[in-house]
Amino acid sequence: FYLTPPQVNSILKANEYSFKVPEFDGKNVSSVLGFDSNQLPANAPIEDRRSAATCLQTRGMLLGVFDGHAGCACAQAVSERLFYYIAVSLLPHETLLEIENAVESGRALLPILQWHKHPNDYFSKEASKLYFNSLRTYWQELIDLNSGETTDVKEALINAFKRLDNDISLEAQVGDPNSFLNYLVLRVAFSGATACVAHVDGVDLHVANTGDSRAMLGVQEEDGSWSAVNLSYDHNAQNEHEVERVKMEHPKSEEKSLVKQDRLLGLLMPFRAFGDVKFKWSIELQKRVVESGPDQLNDNEYTKFIPPNYHTPPYLTAEPEVIYHRLRPQDKFLVLATDGLWETMHRQDVARIVGEYLTGVHHQQPIAVGGYKVTLGQMHGLLTERRARISSVFEDQNAATHLIRHAVGNNEFGTVDHERLSKMLSLPEELARMYRDDMTIIVVQFNSHVIGACQSEE
Amino acid sequence: AAEMFLRLLSDVRWRGAHPNWRGLGVTCSWRSTSGAAEPHLLPLPAQAQVVICGGGIMGTSVAYHLSKMGWKDIVLLEQGRLAAGTTRFCAGIVSTARHMSIELKMADYSNKLYQQLEQETGVNTGYVKTGSVSLAQTQDRLISLRRIAASLRVMGIPCEIITPKQVAQLHPLINIHDLVGAMYVPEDALVSSANVSLALATAASRNGVQIHERTSVSHVSVQKGHVAGVETDRGQIRCQYFVNCAGQWAYELGHSGGEPVNIPLHACEHFYLLTHPLKEPLASNLPTIVDPDGRIYIRNWQGGILSGGFEKNPKPLFTEGRNQLEIQNLQEDWDHFEPLLSALLRRMPDLEALQIMQLVNCPESFTPDMRCIMGESHTVRGYFVLAGMNSAGISYGGGAGKYLAEWMVNGYPTENVWPLDLKRFGALQSSRTFLRHRVMEVMPLMCDLKVPRWDFQTGRQLRTSPLYDRLDAQGARWMEKHGFERVKYFVPPGKDLLDLDQSKTFYKPDWFDIVGSEVKCCKEAVCVIDMSSFTKFEISSTGDQALETLQYLFSNDLDVPVGHVVHTGMLNEKGGYENDCSIARLSKRSFFMISPTDQQVHCWAWMKNRLPDDNSLTLEDVTWKYTALNLIGPRAVDVLSELSYAPMTAEHFPSLFCKEMSVGYANGIRVMSITHTGEPGFVLYIPIEYALHVYNEVMNMGQKYGIRNAGYYALRSLRIEKFFAFWGQDLDAFTTPMECGREFQVKLEKGMQFVGQEALLEQKQNGVYKRFTMFILEDHDTDTDLWPWWGEPIYRNGHYVGKTTSSAYSYTLERHVCLGFVHHFDEKTGEELVVTTDFINQGEFEIDIAGQRFQAKAKLYPFSSLFTQRRRKDEVELSGYQRE
Repeated sequence: FYLTPPQVNSILKANEYSFKVPEFDGKNVSSVLGFDSNQLPANAPIEDRRSAATCLQTRGMLLGVFDGHAGCACAQAVSERLFYYIAVSLLPHETLLEIENAVESGRALLPILQWHKHPNDYFSKEASKLYFNSLRTYWQELIDLNSGETTDVKEALINAFKRLDNDISLEAQVGDPNSFLNYLVLRVAFSGATACVAHVDGVDLHVANTGDSRAMLGVQEEDGSWSAVNLSYDHNAQNEHEVERVKMEHPKSEEKSLVKQDRLLGLLMPFRAFGDVKFKWSIELQKRVVESGPDQLNDNEYTKFIPPNYHTPPYLTAEPEVIYHRLRPQDKFLVLATDGLWETMHRQDVARIVGEYLTGVHHQQPIAVGGYKVTLGQMHGLLTERRARISSVFEDQNAATHLIRHAVGNNEFGTVDHERLSKMLSLPEELARMYRDDMTIIVVQFNSHVIGACQSEE
Repeated sequence: AAEMFLRLLSDVRWRGAHPNWRGLGVTCSWRSTSGAAEPHLLPLPAQAQVVICGGGIMGTSVAYHLSKMGWKDIVLLEQGRLAAGTTRFCAGIVSTARHMSIELKMADYSNKLYQQLEQETGVNTGYVKTGSVSLAQTQDRLISLRRIAASLRVMGIPCEIITPKQVAQLHPLINIHDLVGAMYVPEDALVSSANVSLALATAASRNGVQIHERTSVSHVSVQKGHVAGVETDRGQIRCQYFVNCAGQWAYELGHSGGEPVNIPLHACEHFYLLTHPLKEPLASNLPTIVDPDGRIYIRNWQGGILSGGFEKNPKPLFTEGRNQLEIQNLQEDWDHFEPLLSALLRRMPDLEALQIMQLVNCPESFTPDMRCIMGESHTVRGYFVLAGMNSAGISYGGGAGKYLAEWMVNGYPTENVWPLDLKRFGALQSSRTFLRHRVMEVMPLMCDLKVPRWDFQTGRQLRTSPLYDRLDAQGARWMEKHGFERVKYFVPPGKDLLDLDQSKTFYKPDWFDIVGSEVKCCKEAVCVIDMSSFTKFEISSTGDQALETLQYLFSNDLDVPVGHVVHTGMLNEKGGYENDCSIARLSKRSFFMISPTDQQVHCWAWMKNRLPDDNSLTLEDVTWKYTALNLIGPRAVDVLSELSYAPMTAEHFPSLFCKEMSVGYANGIRVMSITHTGEPGFVLYIPIEYALHVYNEVMNMGQKYGIRNAGYYALRSLRIEKFFAFWGQDLDAFTTPMECGREFQVKLEKGMQFVGQEALLEQKQNGVYKRFTMFILEDHDTDTDLWPWWGEPIYRNGHYVGKTTSSAYSYTLERHVCLGFVHHFDEKTGEELVVTTDFINQGEFEIDIAGQRFQAKAKLYPFSSLFTQRRRKDEVELSGYQRE
């Protein structure tokens, strides 16, 4: 069984999406030129989600990738809801009032977000009312709190993350008279999701991360080469600070059982996540909710299972770490991706591949024979390899697709090997997850001219 | 490259032996030429008859042939060293496998010249007769080779079509598993192109040509439209003739003077590979391999190989002018060469272990139509050009130099070189953008299959009729002539034709039925063809000068009543057609002249050079002022009379008549009762602002008569079945009216002398040596046999007698019709004899299409039954025309 190059392409391109920030009067005044995104499933159905939206009542653009586990329900909910929570957190008091008044009097609502969605990225219709009500409660509280201060982006991001996770938890505890929704909110709460979200506004870039997805900045050095700057820390066992934090939050007696086999309580890879109430609720609460829950939940061994050494919950939080970066003209792009990418590729390679793709320059030194002894056969081999490297660039119109092609198809020489690509993509569903993870990638391209202009203005 | 320099140094050492060269450069080493020290440069002469610019193969060949023909006062200037440009880097393959007969003749002459050059000059030219093998990977390619083989054989050049197995016997390394056949030309050769050039220079200098190296021409000075002198970095030379052989710099040099000379050519990078010798060095007489499907050529070179090719994605360069890079510094580009290297290793897999010596980057100049550029400028008299060799400089060098020398000395070469004439181009092909885009198409075409009816895809939509969009929306498919878009045919709605690439065929084309229905409509109802591209001139004078001049320039009698149209040739001194036109007498003192599209520059120059030098006479090119609509068919008369409320029947508007009238709302439409096909009909010359209106009126009114659009393919089928010759296709400067049955268009007794009269008188008395003949293919199956094109050999009783010049399928006869010239060669001596009517009528004829011969019925006169019987103004003319 063998996939032809067109078949490979149709698989790779099935979920690709591109957005270009529109130009006004021939000028793009946004620091973002646009973005490419794509995802390649390994699980069936895929548990990754992605979101992108432009804030309409404040400035800036939001982009995020969400890696679900124990099902996709939580990742789906977070991908639908988180940006609204962030946008609302960023809104000034007057706008919040205006919105609340509009809802109150049944007038049309000011649009808050403009989504940039692939047709496959869906929103749950059934839950929209429920989600909206939770969101409305949130902004009503914000109105009541009215601090009078201008909103700090970092704080807004942290608040939004925490608030959404809290709402997910509450909705599951309260339940819903509609049995479908009741089951839905429980599935959302009992599954989990990491989130890596970027907010770009002019030269101000904030990345809020919860879990082990990653944000990486592609920087072009003066000599034209590419380097990578991390804009997030992975929340997993490899991160000493994170292990330290978890240990600090629990009694010394649990020190040994907290992290086992590089997993939280020996079970969970990410050390921070949305949902996952099994790591947050008390045992009593869990039991109560499961027992009173629908039969499907009760029959599920996973939900009934209580993690071992579960003494002082919560063990898990959705609170993000936020990193601020002031964009410079040499910062050309931002890659947000779930761990499926980072497991297979070093960030330096990611920077180079995307950088060369975006600039269209493939830093291949021209070959000169000079005084060397080269045979026609050797030269031919060298040239075909170089050609393969270039042709894989021309096949893709989407930087994220291009990156996936490399991540899945790269051979030991760092070039795309069609045979390998074909094998990896034709794996049967049950095997695919063993060889690769779901992969979701967003590549945001920056407008160096705008960034340069912003800089020189100040 | 060091080795090449060494070879060159040894090559130039001969100079010391010759007095003309003493102290000229032998003492300077190669490297010191860039330094300031210029020790022994001889002073330039103040005056010369001819100054040639460019010391490559072209310049030296022109100098050689001019001096051989007796011209002695010649100076050749070279900016660097002799043979140091493209010529030095050239692959040195002399190949006669050419598609066009004139190119074939040039290559054949070059081969013969180079063969004896060493003996003549004592310079080692490296001439080795290796032969060449052109490979075919597909059946279509083999057909193409068979067509060339048929042409080569009738030229007397040995040539055979061979099997893949025979190919393997000719070359030890070649992989034959993907071949279907090949063409072997045993007499093709290899030379050292630089040495050939130096040998030609040696001979020329012995004949008195002065050669000055390291002398750059800055511009040519012009006085009263004639070359007056040459400005160089070392002073001025006054001269009568200037020859621009500056290769890829010819374009710029042409533009450097106050009076620009447009020489449309553009350079592209060209790569070839040199290797070290094989373990068992290749023999120097091993044939050259040309693998057009792999886009490469491979020759033996110093025990190793030299292999280059013509890639699909060429790299044009020097678009902005020459000051970017020196030729010597051009980069090797291995990634660019990769497809060619792959093709090479596929063809000769054993070369894998062979060591690379160098990848040479050697720019070549290409022209907009893949044919070289030769001849005199139409803007500056005495300014000659020979350049743009499309990478075949060494093959053409000898022959091209000879023809240009003949042109300068005798006024015209001994062969018809119109396909190469500079005057086939005008200013419109000289935009740098156009050239850059076009040569990127032309260079790959070197290796592409050459099929009938190929149209260039780049540099299009330059000149268009005002009706272009209207016609395009109705399904028009376009071809281009002299930059003008013309309709081939109209694809009916809902019908799809093949893609461009897939439509390439030597067999029945996909538009066969479409054109058939257009032809049918021309015969039975009425069709409209936009013929705006035709060249249109107006000649008028204050007195009788216009008439007098035209009577002198044209062979027919133009002293006709106002409103009459005359078909006439514009002949040269030998009676040959320089142009074939229709002239309407608009008034006593003004005439309207219509000629073929590509005559715009040539005809203008021809007439300008022969008009009396006073202000009493004006010649104006009005091509752009009129849109021409041709209404063809029996109902044309009805459409037009309804639109004009004027009787258009033969009694009121006889054939070959011209009148200004109103059509629809538009007044002042020049209506002529002529068609170019022999069908009844009219041509409307419409001032362009009325074009859309008149077209709409005609189409609306024509509806009830079944009017439809038609294109040139229908026109061509109609004119060929009617035995109508076209200038540029059938007629040329070497064809007289007597030879093509057009004596009735010549008025030898018109009471005054005209150009070509004497030659025609002589022919009338002595008979003609070739005869334009129509052939109807008898045993040819339109569906399954190869279609004739043009250039097919004609055989009479098994002996070669000539070639076809055009062909078309006649939907009326349901047969193919070929037109061509029949000669009568003495069977023993090969001497040309008079062709009599009996010679034609009593022969058994065959046409050779790619090696297969088809029986053909020869006719000297058209089928009279095909003519619609109409009363014509010139009953006499017509009856003369139809009489057998």
